[in-house]
Amino acid sequence: MIKTIISESLPVYEKLLVRKKIISGATGNKRVCIVTGTHGDELEGQYVCYELNRLLQENIDNLKGSVEIYPALNPLGVDSVKRGFPAFDLDMNRIFPGDSHGHLIEYMASRIMDDLVGADMVIDIHSSNIFLREMPQVRVNVDMAPVLVPYARLLNTDFIWVHDAATVLEATLAHSLNVLNTKTLVVEMGVGMRITREYGDRLVTGIFNLLSNLGMWDGEVPDSIVNPMLSTDGEVHFLNAEASGVIIPAVSHSMCVLKGDLLCQIVDPLQGTVLHNVVSPVDGVVFTLRSYPIVYEGSLIARIFSQKKE
Amino acid sequence: MEREIIFRLKSPYRDEFQVQGFRFGKGEKSVAIVGSIRGDEVQQQFICSQIVKNLIEIEAKGGIKPGHEILVIPSVNHFSMNINKRFWAMDNTDINRMFPGYDKGETTQRIAYAVFEEVRKYKYGIQLASFYLPGEFIPHVRMMNTGYQDTELASYFGMPYVMVREPKPYDTALLNYNLQIFNTQAFSIYAGTTDTIHKPSAKIAWLSVLRFLSKMDIIDYNCHSGYNSSVISDDHQVTVKATCGGILYNMSRANDEIKEGDLLAKILDPYTGETLCNIVSPSNGTLFFSYQKPLISEHTVLYKIITQ
Repeated sequence: MIKTIISESLPVYEKLLVRKKIISGATGNKRVCIVTGTHGDELEGQYVCYELNRLLQENIDNLKGSVEIYPALNPLGVDSVKRGFPAFDLDMNRIFPGDSHGHLIEYMASRIMDDLVGADMVIDIHSSNIFLREMPQVRVNVDMAPVLVPYARLLNTDFIWVHDAATVLEATLAHSLNVLNTKTLVVEMGVGMRITREYGDRLVTGIFNLLSNLGMWDGEVPDSIVNPMLSTDGEVHFLNAEASGVIIPAVSHSMCVLKGDLLCQIVDPLQGTVLHNVVSPVDGVVFTLRSYPIVYEGSLIARIFSQKKE
Repeated sequence: MEREIIFRLKSPYRDEFQVQGFRFGKGEKSVAIVGSIRGDEVQQQFICSQIVKNLIEIEAKGGIKPGHEILVIPSVNHFSMNINKRFWAMDNTDINRMFPGYDKGETTQRIAYAVFEEVRKYKYGIQLASFYLPGEFIPHVRMMNTGYQDTELASYFGMPYVMVREPKPYDTALLNYNLQIFNTQAFSIYAGTTDTIHKPSAKIAWLSVLRFLSKMDIIDYNCHSGYNSSVISDDHQVTVKATCGGILYNMSRANDEIKEGDLLAKILDPYTGETLCNIVSPSNGTLFFSYQKPLISEHTVLYKIITQ
């Protein structure tokens, strides 16, 4: 069943529609929600929604309870290649829990919250932006880690990043739901404006693993679920550009690197010179790598996770 | 006056990006004034340019009081202004959501850090700010309720209103919020418009800044005392939203006195021209904000009415 949760008139004969697909088994009361498309340029979740939708419908007898799929919380952005909510100046993932008496987007956020609150689990799928490629990972606010990390381990990702509680992140969908005791996991993977099928397939497997763990799925789940690295077992290092120029990469995403390895060069094509050799400060895994070649001083180039040595 | 570069950044192919500051007087760091932080804040940049122009004249006449230093930063983001973008030219991030900044972080965090490290040294911080919705305001001073705000000081601008509002989580990265947290008395001046220059409201804004400097005994400047400001909060306002989408036939402007039941606007069918809905005032009051685009979506904030 497809249900429209938001229908608002745009100026000229068009409705702004936010819709979800509800797939229900014959028995069971639990509800898991898959949401994506808050940022219109993050498309990795589109494949996950499609594939999960297809597999659930083909194997509906194995489902207990309901899976609800929201492929586009920001439909205008997804359909017009815009990260933000068109004609609005705030990041849509910074206005939650919204305001039922507020402006259109705040009102939308409030309605989305109302629809999701009470679910047994929400998975909010993001895919970085057009500048950075991310290893499949779950991001968890440190305050929520004791509750969420055990579930995050089920999702078949490579990494779980337990990050600090920044005040500004309190306005995200995930935080707003978590403080209302609706458990929400944020998945980051891939790169903006692209679909990485391998990552999508892995997450779909992880979601079935989660459903199985919640007692909502009787079908088979591969036993090849990845045991992810946990950020609290090591340290995350940020590498920012120290020169403005063009990046020539020397390593691939998700590679293990050693301290001193060349990650990339920042070059000046006009002069034909190397401006900066970017080397790894540690032994570790490159879990974030810049994919867009133009950088300014300060642009994020890579994030490396180094595990504590035994 | 001393003109200096507060931050510089090389670009792969564009000219060097520089944030420039204008310092007047010597002594205690009294007031820092920041103009446009977003690329569409043309009104704010214009106002700042007029403040610089006036301060140059005042300084030439010996009108900067001894022992006071004033810093004016007219533009923090002309890299975006020059290419008609509101946010940072490269990655579309908002510098005004990066404070207090981080000198080893992303580009816009570094810009924010450089500006903040200068401005936070001053006793008072004034930002020429803009609203996230397209429209016009009654010029006013805005502060966030951080517990550190001083509305009596804000009344020295002589603006009709001092607006105090509750901060939301995403406000914690704004310049104004961080200045208050770091012990600089911070004021945001809303000067009517953003991406167009409206000289009457711009003049109200730049005169209000000069009035504040005069009342704080920082400059010698003769001007009328301005308004006896009313302090308002969200509780004193009623929001009127569009009940349908269409062509907005707006019959009301900011500063209009209205009565309950007055017809404020019509929203028209964009094909047939028939009236789809009438927007009627729910109360007596003054229009504080009026949306000013010709097309409107359902649930858009059309007006804010001060009801006190």
